[in-house]
Amino acid sequence: MLDDIDRRLLRHLMADPDMATTALAARANVSGAVAARRLVRLRDTGAIKGVRAVIDWAALGYQVEVSLRFTLDKTVSSAFDDFLAAARKVPEVLEIQTFLGRVDVRLSIIARDMAHYQHIYRTKILALPHIADIESLMDVARIKSAGQLPI
Amino acid sequence: MTPDATDWALLRLLDRDATQPASVLGRKLGLSQPATWRRIQRLEQAGVLTGRRLEVDLEKLGFGVTVFLGVKLATKGRVSLEDFERAVTAIPEVQMVVHVLGLYDYRLRVVARDLADFERVLRRRIMTLPGVGDVEANVLLSEERLAGPIE
Repeated sequence: MLDDIDRRLLRHLMADPDMATTALAARANVSGAVAARRLVRLRDTGAIKGVRAVIDWAALGYQVEVSLRFTLDKTVSSAFDDFLAAARKVPEVLEIQTFLGRVDVRLSIIARDMAHYQHIYRTKILALPHIADIESLMDVARIKSAGQLPI
Repeated sequence: MTPDATDWALLRLLDRDATQPASVLGRKLGLSQPATWRRIQRLEQAGVLTGRRLEVDLEKLGFGVTVFLGVKLATKGRVSLEDFERAVTAIPEVQMVVHVLGLYDYRLRVVARDLADFERVLRRRIMTLPGVGDVEANVLLSEERLAGPIE
């Protein structure tokens, strides 16, 4: 389990993943050796899975981001597996989440503009298997971005 | 900007692991270390690479429950949007806030230790937000982030 030192290190590292271990240690109020050892352990136990680049798709010409919420036809036992396997093959899909609730699956998809979105929706999204219902919500603005945790 | 094939390959590598030094990335792409570094600089200046994100295992950090909330405001108008946004971003358990168009006004991503903890956050923090109306909760079961339309 995590202790206070782990939590402090994670808090600072999440705020700035580029921070060098020495700077991180100073912020978390521990020695460099302790910080280095803890970071290795957090990685070895899988608590830290890695560091990924944040890509701004709008800067690459993808101006539209849409959240599609699906309910699936659960009378088909393989509905989830079939749907997820097909959704993974659509290149414009950035995120796939499955839920317990009114919505079964959410896809986050990006497109260059509304015409491009319309094309993806008709040719790739509506072609996904076992769809019972779709709701779409267009992302207007990101007010707070994922990253911080109350630790 | 319009990335060339090498830029796309570089983005794909950084999307998987952004801790790789330019020398390692260069070796994989058949580029020199300075040439790789220049490409990374260019992608950063164009606003394509906006930073790095620490990927963590929420469960291992003690957050057993993640819930996506669709929130509809009961009252609308510029002031109520601003009040709501200011109050919701200040809640530590709210990891992400997106203003959306469609069935709901906002999508929130909320983390909690367990369902009892989530209920506490929902009752004390979410339902008391200024202007909050309908709230729909979907409990996250699984999540994947894909590479996107990297050409």
